Amino acid sequence: MHIITRRDTLKLGAGAIAAAAMAREAAAQIPASDATLNLPIENGASLRILRPARFVEPDEVLFRENTAKFTQQTGVQVRVDFVGWEDIRAQTAVTANTGTGPDVVVGWAEDPHIFADKLIELTDVAEYLGKRYGGWKFLGEKFGKRHGTNNWIGIPFGGTSGPVVYRESAVREVGYNEIPTDHERYLDLCRKLKAANKPPGFALGNAVGDGNGFANWLIWSHGGFLVDEDGKVAINQPQTVEALKYLQELYKTFVSGTLSWGDPSNNRAYAAQECFLTANGVSLYFALKNDPATAAIAADTNHAPLPSGRIGSPPQSALTINAMVFRHTRFPNAAKAWLTFMMEREQYDPWLSRCLGYWSHPLNAYDKSAVWESDPKLAVFRDSMNNRFWNGWKGPINQAAAAATAEYVMVQMCASVASGQQTPEAAAREAERRARRYYR
Amino acid sequence: MSVTATAAWKNTRQEPGWLVRLFDSKPFLVFICMLPAVGLLTVFLTYPLGLGIWLAFTDTMIGRGGSWVGLENFEYLAEDPVFWSSVFYSVFYTAVATIGKFALGLWLALLLNQHLPFKSLLRAIVLLPWITPTVLSAIAFWWIYDPQFSIVSYIVVDVLGLRDTYFDFLGSAWPARWSLIAANIWRGIPFVAICLLAGLQTISPSLYEAALLDGATPWQRFTQITVPLLMPILAIVMTFSIIFTFTDFQLVYAITRGGPVNSTHLMATLAFQRGIPGGQLAEGAAIAVSMIPFLVFATLFTYFGMARRKWQQGEGND
Repeated sequence: MHIITRRDTLKLGAGAIAAAAMAREAAAQIPASDATLNLPIENGASLRILRPARFVEPDEVLFRENTAKFTQQTGVQVRVDFVGWEDIRAQTAVTANTGTGPDVVVGWAEDPHIFADKLIELTDVAEYLGKRYGGWKFLGEKFGKRHGTNNWIGIPFGGTSGPVVYRESAVREVGYNEIPTDHERYLDLCRKLKAANKPPGFALGNAVGDGNGFANWLIWSHGGFLVDEDGKVAINQPQTVEALKYLQELYKTFVSGTLSWGDPSNNRAYAAQECFLTANGVSLYFALKNDPATAAIAADTNHAPLPSGRIGSPPQSALTINAMVFRHTRFPNAAKAWLTFMMEREQYDPWLSRCLGYWSHPLNAYDKSAVWESDPKLAVFRDSMNNRFWNGWKGPINQAAAAATAEYVMVQMCASVASGQQTPEAAAREAERRARRYYR
Repeated sequence: MSVTATAAWKNTRQEPGWLVRLFDSKPFLVFICMLPAVGLLTVFLTYPLGLGIWLAFTDTMIGRGGSWVGLENFEYLAEDPVFWSSVFYSVFYTAVATIGKFALGLWLALLLNQHLPFKSLLRAIVLLPWITPTVLSAIAFWWIYDPQFSIVSYIVVDVLGLRDTYFDFLGSAWPARWSLIAANIWRGIPFVAICLLAGLQTISPSLYEAALLDGATPWQRFTQITVPLLMPILAIVMTFSIIFTFTDFQLVYAITRGGPVNSTHLMATLAFQRGIPGGQLAEGAAIAVSMIPFLVFATLFTYFGMARRKWQQGEGND
């Protein structure tokens, strides 16, 4: 029966208020040191903000709620537009080139570095936040500061990493208690899963998040990298070839069709119990947990860091959203005040919590957020922003790194070997040729 | 009686002003009336096309202006296997899909030209694939070709039990290529069928009656009357169809995004991929510019090849 009475509505309302109150209380757990930032907001200021569309619903709801609170407290009118993931970089480029449009863009990690010359410096905001909330995590600093300087050009809001997502029962069934961290046993696990007809699967198609995540893991965990510290292309190396040879074996264990998988494909296959081990952000678990039809799968699901292989720490980055303020804004202080406001614990913690940590925090103090205690299966996401890797590792974060990622240079190198179209040696050479085009 | 001198009526005409003369002059009027159209064409066609061609010779990236680099982009593309694979697949896709569309479309048109019950309703239904937004039908095909949830696989494997494993439509190069061609043919048939049906209806029935009296077989009637008289419209429709197919973007982009491993990139999708997500605006423009010669050639070929009078009227070469 789905008849909602007036009394129910009242209860619901009261519940929502209580939940909100609890969230605010919870925010008080976040330790904060004293720091001051003086930003006199311009008279009659108004802001336009652009950010990527949500993947989990509360992301948008809380983002809008927090922004509305900002308007209430400061009187600054703010309009937030959500655009598709593929479109936001093109729109940011137009904004940067024409000098009109949104004042603040919450874009992807590399974006402030691409448009650095068109941005105002955010060092004051970043240093205030760092001081107040226990310092920035590794990727927060990496993506926030202009390469080789201490000048902040972006304020990373959070990042989502893609650790291993697996069915505990399946992994136990084939004799493992946890996900191994070395290549040999990981391959063995996948082979046994395949033999048990519970195959793993990783995206090898042109998938922005999952495809790059898997390809980067494969190469990085074998000690390979696309470019060196100076941005010189270094993909055509023995480590890369070894990684690709490993892939030839690993690929045999995959569920069929992974060469055409996009970002949502592994989520669907996992939810349909066709695939029992993959890599994904928290969104997969979030969706399974919130749908009564799949709650049983969620209960049997767990996360583990990607196998670190030869490199020591889990070789993965975090898909980060990074805010920048354009020079053409007429209200730089209002923009900075909005950024600061959104990152303060009263706003940030409810956002983080209700998204189940989807955009994992870049500031150390939020390690204490209740969300990380709320479900032990989320623990692996807590340190997403402390990963030591980024797209285009070990090189500088710049346009070339963004282009090589968007062009799927690494993904297609892997896919061409997995599909048998190219030998590992030829694929590494081809990737080198393509990467040189961007890093010139 | 007094005689009043009446003012002599003068037979002179007011000389019209220069403005009136100007607006009476035919060449000027033609010029003036064309101006809005010229303006629209310049703003919306010539300028973007010119800009696209200009970009192809620069090194512009998204977010950064470029400078003239001459043929550098084309030189890079000339040794880029992905580009050549996209050229090959564009030509192959266009050729196979066009043949498929015309064979099936002509057949459908001939069927619809018969006297059938519910003729109008049937003709309306045939148009459905054409009027569905491409992206919607592309998403439908995306599900049909899904490796895990394909309806085709479900029927063949789970219902009929003819196979043990699901089809992997998009997982390797050739199956993916053929799958996209099938989707394109499905979408293109109605356009061809309806246009050819219109052509069929302009053929006078008396020709068929005369042929019948002369004892012509149905095949003879088809080859001697229908085909020659249909040729002019066939040429036009084929020209359009080739252009639409060659420049197709939505189907491929929505279903495979050019994958697996770039094997289904058309020149149009590759141009977009390199230009917008990849940020290499100039290289994308160079790929788009490379499409122009193919389009011009295809247009001239169908137009001159099929619209010759010999075909239409049985005369000699002229």
